[in-house]
Amino acid sequence: MDKTNNKGRNPKSPIGDLGVTPPLGGWGVNSLGYYGEFGGAFIPEMLQPNVDALRACYREIIDSPEFKQEFINLLKNYVGRPSPLYFAKRLSGHYNTKIFLKREDLNHTGSHKVNNTIGQILLAKMMGKNRIIAETGAGQHGVATATVCALMNLECIVYMGSTDMERQLPNVKRMEMLGAKVIPAESGNKTLKDATNEALRDWINNPEDTYYLIGSVVGPHPYPDIVAKFQSIISEEMGWQLDEQIGRTSPDYILACVGGGSNAAGAFYHYLENKTVKLIGVEASGLGTLSGETAASIACGEVGFIHGSKTLLMQDGDGQITEPYSISAGLDYPGIGPIHSHLFETGRATYIDATDKEALDAAFLLTRLEGIIPALESAHALAGLEKMKFNPDDVVVVNLSGRGDKDMEAYIKNL
Amino acid sequence: MNTLQKKLNDKKENLLTIYFTAGYPQLNDTGTIIKELEASGVDIVEVGMPFSDPVADGPTIQKSNLQALHNGMSIKKLFEQLKEIKNEVTIPILLMGYINPVWKFGVENFMEACNKNGVSGLILPDIPLDEFVKDYQPLYKKYDLSNVFLITPQTGSERIKAYDEACNGFIYMVSSASTTGANKAVDEEKQVAYFSRVKELGLKNPRQIGFNIKDKASFDRACQYANGGIIGSAFIKKLGEEGDLKRKVREFVEGIR
Ligand SMILES: Cc1ncc(COP(=O)(O)O)c(C=O)c1O
Repeated sequence: MDKTNNKGRNPKSPIGDLGVTPPLGGWGVNSLGYYGEFGGAFIPEMLQPNVDALRACYREIIDSPEFKQEFINLLKNYVGRPSPLYFAKRLSGHYNTKIFLKREDLNHTGSHKVNNTIGQILLAKMMGKNRIIAETGAGQHGVATATVCALMNLECIVYMGSTDMERQLPNVKRMEMLGAKVIPAESGNKTLKDATNEALRDWINNPEDTYYLIGSVVGPHPYPDIVAKFQSIISEEMGWQLDEQIGRTSPDYILACVGGGSNAAGAFYHYLENKTVKLIGVEASGLGTLSGETAASIACGEVGFIHGSKTLLMQDGDGQITEPYSISAGLDYPGIGPIHSHLFETGRATYIDATDKEALDAAFLLTRLEGIIPALESAHALAGLEKMKFNPDDVVVVNLSGRGDKDMEAYIKNL
Repeated sequence: MNTLQKKLNDKKENLLTIYFTAGYPQLNDTGTIIKELEASGVDIVEVGMPFSDPVADGPTIQKSNLQALHNGMSIKKLFEQLKEIKNEVTIPILLMGYINPVWKFGVENFMEACNKNGVSGLILPDIPLDEFVKDYQPLYKKYDLSNVFLITPQTGSERIKAYDEACNGFIYMVSSASTTGANKAVDEEKQVAYFSRVKELGLKNPRQIGFNIKDKASFDRACQYANGGIIGSAFIKKLGEEGDLKRKVREFVEGIR
């Protein structure tokens, strides 16, 4: 047994004791909200009081027994955690190594996003907020937010780029059925970046009763820290699940797709200090990193500021943020969470990328070999397998961040 | 003392500040608009540096930003335009914008170019106060630039005082919690309470009220509670109309004064 993770786990509990989890060691956020040189809170004064209020209370709330009890109860009985860690035998055979899938696709609402929305909705409630706003790309975060708002009986407004509303229509309808109001974002490429701009504008215009429920490890401090903490349940479970199945608590590799980077942050979290675990983030390169039609923010980005955070982002020579492109709405974002910029700069994690085509191929491969239809986002993580060289004995965990129901239209087109 | 500080020193009330986006409606209108604003008796001009993702702006300024970028506007181009008119204008010029393009240009290069091309102050609202004091203030000093901070009705008095301490231009009072040009109904009683609260703090810097100042009535009201008012979206709307550019500028200012 190595010493890096799940020290505080009660082996009888199906999920670990969140909160006693180690706080990332040297990889965590400092008191000003920085991961190394990245992060911070570059926001206008109009947003400052709200962000300050959140900063002042989030740790205390998250560490309180009332919060923990409710959070763990909902993750277990409402979301259905722990999510299985599944040894994918045929996929392993295909790549001649040992591949486990962390089945976030089996969560209620179909992706990892719900881990975060459960946590943040409890935070919002304990802060006394009654109007919830969110941005969404693929619609998974929007659905997960609409779901917890229905559960808590809170007003829910979701901003979504109108391009994304077209390509993820079933999710738009799900959100509406759940009682959320979906407002199209019409600026830019009408995708996730633009939806995030609109959500921030809403927050500026509604500074008192509104909680902004961000969907990834992006935005001003303390959001990246909050979201990473809630998603860290993924790697926490991974540790004891590996232990149960193969008698070791850490894998050799973890692969996860990276849009803003929340599922990857959650899958890496408890292994950040354990250098024997190789962490691989897979970005969406769209039509290719050299094509100009890409969402690979690390491969194609430079240091800058987006949505309140200093991080790597795609921009032109004048510092204008460029429009990203990916077949996958959830990865179609020109920036990346500051934690990933830091992990990249320090070399702690490696970032590779996969094109639309490679992701589609990987999705079809998984479907045929294992009977699991992945989300297009998660298909990028699977496409990463193709680009790595593994030994037969290597233990590889792929974070299967979501299921493919919402992507059937794209899959049918490419059958 | 830079030109902004001189202006604020000489004139303590009814200051009229006008904001517009550089490179809008046409790429090379920037200089013409500044000259015409000065000729019409405007006190201070704020030139917006267009950005792809203007998060704090409402639809009117979003549109002018996109149009300006489409026209080919950039910071580099803006400095060329300012250089051309440098010897023809005395009106204090402030640049306002988001941090990313400035960062990309290079912060010190940017400040130096401001100093060389007749800019006397900056409004960069997404730089937080502690970062400003740590990383930016020395450069502002070096290049004789004033800085302007935004406050809102939600900004606590302690924080306002901290801004005032770090400020050597004016305090930009955002009139109500909103993006620019929001045009939403405001609770007047609350607003007056906010204006009065800030007035009573006895700040060392002058105050100007902006956001949703759009006509003579709202400008006069701003001047009642502060040293002046700032108009943005309403002016940009006017610039977007058909007609002769200089005439539009003159007509707009005449409508306010
Ligand atoms: C299934 C799935 N995976 C991944 C992502 C990307 O987000 P992140 O990079 O924050 O995990 C999304 C976003 O919508 C998603 O729906």
